[in-house]
Amino acid sequence: MTERLNRHDARRQADFDLNFGKEVAEAPGGENLYECIQCGACSGACPMSAYMDHTPREIIGMIRSGMKEDVLRSETVWLCASCYSCTVICPRQIKITDLMYSLRQRALKDNTYPKRIPLPVMARDFYKMVHRHGRTNEGRLMTNVYLHTNPFDLIRQTPLALKLWRHGRMHLRQESVEKPSELRDLMQSVK
Amino acid sequence: MDYLYYPGCSIKESGIAYEESLTAIMDVLNTPLQELEDWNCCGATTCISVESDEAIALASRNLALAEKQSNSKGTVDLVTPCNACYLTLMRATHYLSERQDIAGKVLPALDKQGLHCDNRVRIRHPLDVLVNDVGVKAISDHVRRKLTGLKVACYYGCQMVRPYATFDDPHRPTSMDQVMKALGAQTIDWSLKTKCCGAALGSLLPDIVEQLCHDILREAEKRGAEVVVTGCPLCHFNLESNQSAIRKRHPDFKTIPVAYFSQIMGLGFDLPPKKLGIQRLFIPLPASLTAGAGKGGEYVTA
Repeated sequence: MTERLNRHDARRQADFDLNFGKEVAEAPGGENLYECIQCGACSGACPMSAYMDHTPREIIGMIRSGMKEDVLRSETVWLCASCYSCTVICPRQIKITDLMYSLRQRALKDNTYPKRIPLPVMARDFYKMVHRHGRTNEGRLMTNVYLHTNPFDLIRQTPLALKLWRHGRMHLRQESVEKPSELRDLMQSVK
Repeated sequence: MDYLYYPGCSIKESGIAYEESLTAIMDVLNTPLQELEDWNCCGATTCISVESDEAIALASRNLALAEKQSNSKGTVDLVTPCNACYLTLMRATHYLSERQDIAGKVLPALDKQGLHCDNRVRIRHPLDVLVNDVGVKAISDHVRRKLTGLKVACYYGCQMVRPYATFDDPHRPTSMDQVMKALGAQTIDWSLKTKCCGAALGSLLPDIVEQLCHDILREAEKRGAEVVVTGCPLCHFNLESNQSAIRKRHPDFKTIPVAYFSQIMGLGFDLPPKKLGIQRLFIPLPASLTAGAGKGGEYVTA
């Protein structure tokens, strides 16, 4: 029993944030959050649920219970591959994939994203590159992400990079839109 | 009918063979694609992970540019070959019409830059255009080198058919199969057509994505496919580049070539392989498929 408590770290109702569910329901993807019948079709359809710390069904239950901390620190939110299997299969038309995006935004803002996986860093690096140039360059983006997470990966990926280069599938030049500053203004003005 | 074309970042880089082959076959079919001027990155599934309003504004700028560039006063067709861009641009059109809070910020911001988004743009996947506008009949009329006996596995990936697309079924699509059959090829029947390859997680969670790709490739191989055919640069990259790692873990796994549907079409139209970017594939196509292509050589199944 002790072991079980240690492993799962018992949660106290007093720590739950009862507004969390309502806040998530108002953001894109949250529209039908309170329609969920906990059937688990999403978790069954999800190709990533086997690797997640909480299945998508659990995440929805946790949001509604107000387990804000656990939800925003969970890897699940970042492991979603955006395949939309859950969204099209959900009998209550909950846009689960879009819900995951809203949770990611919140986790980045609150700085509660999981530090063990490189995906939140990649999201920020990608966003920065688009902000600066209006276009992305795959090689440069991945270099940035590896430098910010695990520089050793750069060495591990070198053979692949060389292969892409040899086959004419990698460019060093950073492409950009004609006036990146206008695009930046556009993004800034809706923030 | 005029088609504007949104390439996206990947197709200009690792997926360049997709652009080369798609442009070549669309020219043969008298359906030329006109590239959208000054297009910007759609933001993929990544920018929306940081900020929704900005992500929608970013994608919507491309919609507004398409309305501006097109001569049409009505619907504008924007052909988007990358599955991720296809989904992202489609998502922008949906958010703009369904979320008044977001549209209320994005549309005026675009207006300020002299760009207008009147909800006139239709995002089209090239397979949608091929099956529904060009037609299977017209495709088979252009076949100069029938690919009789070639066994292919059509792999659609996720975002081409989910969640917004209406041109095909979200779990059991058939458009790519129809196109391959029009070339004379045989398509295998399998259930993993739209099973996720891991998409953007590819370079960051290699162990997981390797397993997902192994499932897909192994199934295609088991059912006798000689080539896996895709319509997305990201699917193509994951399925192709993971094969050497898969072989290390599963020594009995045989590598299987992965090509774009447009490359296979080009070979059926008897276009020279170089024009289709065939030399850019990491795993070469069966020699019988490429030898003699572009020179009127007939295809003889191995």
